[in-house]
Amino acid sequence: MNEDKLKEVQNGLEDSEKSMVRVEELRKQFGNLEVLKGIDLDVKKGEVVCIIGPSGSGKSTLLRCLNRLERLTSGKIYVENELTEDRVNGRTVSKIDSDKISRLNLDIGMVFQNFNLFPHLTVLENVMIAPQIVKKINKDDAYNTAIQVLERVGLADKKDEYPIRLSGGQQQRVAIARAIAMDPKIMLFDEPTSALDPELVGEVLETMKELAETGMTMIVVTHEIGFAREVADRVIFMDEGVICEEGGPQEVILNPKKERTQAFLNKIL
Amino acid sequence: MTQQQIQAIFDGTVITIEITAVSVVLGFILAMFVALGRLSKNRIIRGISWFYIWFFRGTPLLLQLFMVFYAVPIIYLDYTGQTLNMDPMVTSYITYTLNTTAYMAEIIRAAIESIPEGQMEAAKALGMTYGQAMRRIIIPQTYRRLVAPIGNELIILLKDTSLVSSIALSDLLRTTRTLANSSGSWLYYVYAAAIYLFMTTLLQLGTDQLEKRLGVYERR
Repeated sequence: MNEDKLKEVQNGLEDSEKSMVRVEELRKQFGNLEVLKGIDLDVKKGEVVCIIGPSGSGKSTLLRCLNRLERLTSGKIYVENELTEDRVNGRTVSKIDSDKISRLNLDIGMVFQNFNLFPHLTVLENVMIAPQIVKKINKDDAYNTAIQVLERVGLADKKDEYPIRLSGGQQQRVAIARAIAMDPKIMLFDEPTSALDPELVGEVLETMKELAETGMTMIVVTHEIGFAREVADRVIFMDEGVICEEGGPQEVILNPKKERTQAFLNKIL
Repeated sequence: MTQQQIQAIFDGTVITIEITAVSVVLGFILAMFVALGRLSKNRIIRGISWFYIWFFRGTPLLLQLFMVFYAVPIIYLDYTGQTLNMDPMVTSYITYTLNTTAYMAEIIRAAIESIPEGQMEAAKALGMTYGQAMRRIIIPQTYRRLVAPIGNELIILLKDTSLVSSIALSDLLRTTRTLANSSGSWLYYVYAAAIYLFMTTLLQLGTDQLEKRLGVYERR
C-alpha cells in the first residue's frame, strides 16, 4: 500500500470518528411538563441512528431541538464539535455568534411527517428556492442541482407539477430532494412515513436507504422497525423523555434487555 | 338628460372611483404592515397595531371624516397659530385609506394565521429567515384566500365613499341628489343605483376570476 492510500484510509478512519451532532444533558420543558429529561447523544459521521419509542416519549421534540425549531430548556448541543446551544433553565449561558449558528444550522436538513412542501410552488421551485435565497446560488446552478437531486429520488419527470398532484410518497421524496439540495451533512427525519398510505411507505424508505448508502449522517425517528433493523447502525429506544436502551439493531430490536423495550416491541411487531 | 347633467354624473362617478382606488391600494400596503405588526413578537409593536385597528374599526367612518376635515385644522391652528385648509379630496384619501387599512389588516392577519405552521417550520429548517419565509412562502399562500374578503371590503368601501357628500364633495350620490332635487325626477336615483351596480358587478366578476387564477395550484 502506498503512502497516499494509507493516508486516505487513515483520514477515513478519523472521519468516521468525527462527531456530527452531540447532545449533553438536554432537557426540554413545556410549561410544567418535562418532555426530555436529560438526553446524552453523540452521532458520528456517516452513522444512521434510528430512534424508536411510544408517542409522547419525546423523540420528535429531540429532533426539533437539534435544528432549533424548539429551544431547549437546559443542556448543550454541539454540531460538528462546535457549540451551538448552551442553556440553563431557558436562558442562554454561552453567547454564541449567530452567524456561526446559522452556518452550522445549514448543515442540518430536515424531513417532516407531513412533508410540508410549499403548495404554491412547483416541485422544481420547491427544490430551488432555498439554495437560491439562502445560499444565494444563481438560478442556473440551482436548476442543475435541483434536477440532479430530483433524479436521485426518481421524480425529475414531475418537476413542473404542483405538490397537490403528487401522491404522498412522491411528495415525501420531493421533500427529501428539497432538503438534500441544500447539501446538508446531517439529515433529520421526523416520522417520515407515518402520514403515508401503507403501499407508499416502501418507496420513501427505499429513497432513505439509498441516501444512507451514500454515507449521509442520519437521525431517523420512526415506527418502521424493519427499516431500523436493516439500515440503522444504532437504535435508540426512548420512553418518557429518557433514552431507555441503545445499541446495534440486533441487540435492541432482537434482544432487548429492558422490560419497557420488550413491551413496546411486542406491541408493535 | 342634458349634456351637462351627464357630465356631472360622470364627474361624480370619477370621484367615487378615485377615492376607492387610492384607498384600496394604499390601504392594502399599509394593512400588510399592520397585520405583521399584530403578529410581531415585540409587545409594543403588537400593541400599536392593536390600538390602530381598535380605533379605526370602533368609530364611525363619518366621524373619522369630520375629524380629519374639521378637527385637524383646528388642532393645527391651536398649536401653530396658522390656518390649514383641508382639501376635501385629500381628506377623503387619508380617511378612507386609514379606515380600510384597519379592516384589511385583520383580513390579512387571519389569512396568515390560517397557513399551517409546518410551512414556517419547513422554511426555517431550510435556513430561511423569518422575513424570507414570510415574503416567499407564507404571504404568497395567502393571496387566494385574501381575494374574497378583500373583494368584500372593496365593495363596501366603494359604497361608503358616498359619505364624502357630507364634506361637500360632489361624488356620484351627491350629484344625483342635486339633480333629482332640482328636476323633481326620481329617475336620477335609478341611474345612480345602476352605476353603483355596474361598478360592483365588475368588482365581483373580477375577484371571482382572480380567485380562480390564484388557486391554480390547489386543483388536483
